[in-house]
Amino acid sequence: MAEVVLKDVVKTFTLQIGGKPQLVNALKGVSFSVQPGEIVALTGPSGCGKTTALRIIMGLESANGGEVRVAGKHVLGCGHDRGMVFQHAELLPWRSALGNVKFGLEMKGVRGKELTERAESYLELVGLKDSMDRRPHQLSGGMKQRVGIARALAIDPAVLLMDEPFGALDAQTREVLQAELLSIHAKTGKTIIFVTHDLDEAVLLADRVVLMTQGEVQDVVDIDLPRPRGDVVAVRAHEEFVKKRYHIWKALHAHAVPDALH
Amino acid sequence: MTDNTLAAKAPTAQDAAVPLPRAKFKLAKGHVTALSLIIVGSLWELAGPSMNPLFGSYPSAIWEAGVRMAQSGDLMTAILSSLQPFAAGYLLAALVGIPLGLLIGRYRMVEAAVGIYVTAGYAMPLVALVPLFMLWFGLGFTVKVAIIFTLAIFPICINTWEGVRAVPKALIEVGTSFVAPPAAVMWKIVLPATLPYIIAGMKLAIGKAVIAMVVAEFFTAISGLGGIILNAANQFDTAAMFVPIIILMIMAVGLTSLVRLLERRLAPWQTELSGREAA
Ligand SMILES: Nc1ncnc2c1ncn2[C@@H]1O[C@H](COP(=O)(O)OP(=O)(O)OP(=O)(O)O)[C@@H](O)[C@H]1O
Ligand SMILES: [Mg+2]
Repeated sequence: MAEVVLKDVVKTFTLQIGGKPQLVNALKGVSFSVQPGEIVALTGPSGCGKTTALRIIMGLESANGGEVRVAGKHVLGCGHDRGMVFQHAELLPWRSALGNVKFGLEMKGVRGKELTERAESYLELVGLKDSMDRRPHQLSGGMKQRVGIARALAIDPAVLLMDEPFGALDAQTREVLQAELLSIHAKTGKTIIFVTHDLDEAVLLADRVVLMTQGEVQDVVDIDLPRPRGDVVAVRAHEEFVKKRYHIWKALHAHAVPDALH
Repeated sequence: MTDNTLAAKAPTAQDAAVPLPRAKFKLAKGHVTALSLIIVGSLWELAGPSMNPLFGSYPSAIWEAGVRMAQSGDLMTAILSSLQPFAAGYLLAALVGIPLGLLIGRYRMVEAAVGIYVTAGYAMPLVALVPLFMLWFGLGFTVKVAIIFTLAIFPICINTWEGVRAVPKALIEVGTSFVAPPAAVMWKIVLPATLPYIIAGMKLAIGKAVIAMVVAEFFTAISGLGGIILNAANQFDTAAMFVPIIILMIMAVGLTSLVRLLERRLAPWQTELSGREAA
C-alpha cells in the first residue's frame, strides 16, 4: 500500500487585489502516490504549485477538493507521522541547536532524560554534535538546515517533507548535504518527498521525479539508478542519470521556452 | 565515499572558536558617558553662581541641599513613600498589560473586542482622569497605584500587541507542523518572539510611570519626591527643588538600565542580532 496518496487534489487561493477578489488555481487536480521508503522529488517551473502540494500533504493547508491520504488515513491537519523541513530552516532564534531539535520532541510529549538523549543523537546524525549549544544566528546556512532536518527526523515521522531544503545553499554545501540525506535515508529508510528546482538534485536523490506545470502533474519519471548513491561523482556519470536529466530538462523546456528558441 | 569523509568536511565548533587577539585600547561606553556628565556638570557649575538663585541652581548648591535633606531623614522617607506606589503600580501594569497584549495580538476576536480601548487609552491624556480617580480611590496609597498603573499599562500592552503581530507566520507554522497545542504556541513561540517588544514597552512605561508618580504626588496627598518639589517651590528654595528632580532622573535611568539588563538575560539573541555600531 502506498504511504502517501494524492487523488485529484484541487487548491484555489482567493487573492484580494485592489479590493477585488481574484482566484488563483494553484492545484488543478493533482494525483500521485509515494511508496514506503521511496524518495520522490517534486519539480517544475516557479509557481506551478510544488510548495502548495507539499503543504497540503503536511496539513498546513487544506485542499478544496480531492483527497490526501498518509498511511491510509485522510489528512485533516498536521501530525507526528509527518515531519517538515522548511526552505529557510525556520529555527527558533532563542533556542540553541539542541533546543530546536528538542522542540518537536517536546510537542510529541517526550520528557526528561530521553528528550535530551534523543535530541543529541539526531544532532549527531546530521554531524552537529559539537555545535549543539549554538544559537541559530551563530550557525551557517548549511548548519541551520541540518538542525532543521534533525528537528524533523527526531520525532521519527514516517514521511519527511522538504521544501527546497538546499535551495539557499552554495554548491559545495549542497553536495555535502545531498550525500548526507542519502546516507540518512539509507540508515532510516524514511519516505521522503522533497521539492527542488535543481534537476541534478532531483535525479540524484529521487526514485521518481514528479514534474509539475501550472498546477498539474505533467509527467512522472522513474529513475533507475542503483542505491546506495553515496558516490555522487560516479552517479552523475551514470548513463541513466544523464538520460533522465536530459528527459526532464526537455519536458520542462517544452513549456517554459518560447517557440522561437527551439 | 563514507560518512566519515562527509563529516570531516562539515564545519565544526573547533575550527571556528579560536579566541581573537584583544584590541589594545577600547573606549568603553561607560567612559564616554562619564566624560560627558563631567563636562556638562562643570559647565553648569561655572554658569550657576551668575544665576539668580530663585530661578536656577547649580550642582554644588543642589548637593548641599541634598545632604541637608538626607541628614534630616526627609529624603529617605520621601523616596520610600514614592517608590512603594511606583513599584506596585508598575509591576501590576506589567502583570496585566503583558498577558492582555498577548491575547489581543494572538486572537482576532479579542483584538476586535478590546483593542479599541487600548488604542484609545494609549493616545488620550490620562492625566485628565486624576480628579475622577481621587473621587473613586481617595487620596492615599491606592489612588497613586491606580494612576501609575493607568499610565504604565498602555505602552506595555500596546507594544506587546504590536510584537505579537510581528511574529513571523513561519515560526507559528513550525508550531503547527509539530502539532503544538495553543498554550505551547503561546508559551514557546509567541512569548519568546515577542519578548524584545515587551521589554521596549516596559522601558517606555518607566518614563510614563515616573510622570504618573509625580503627578499623583502633586494632586493627591502631597507626599514623596513630588511633595518635596512642591514644598520647596512654595518656599522659593530652588536648590532643594532640584534634589528630587535629580533623584527622579537617576531613578529613571537606573530602572531603564535594569530593564536593559533583563533584556540581555532574557533575550540575548536579540542584542546579538542587532547591527549597532560599537564605536
Ligand atoms: N497563500 C497564498 N495566497 C494566494 N496565492 C498563493 C498562496 N500560496 C501560493 N499561491 C499561489 O499559488 C501558486 C502556486 O504557488 P506555490 O508556492 O505552490 O508555487 P511553487 O511551485 O512552490 O513555486 P516556487 O518554485 O517559486 O517556490 C502561485 O501562483 C502562487 O501565487
Ligand atoms: Mg515553493
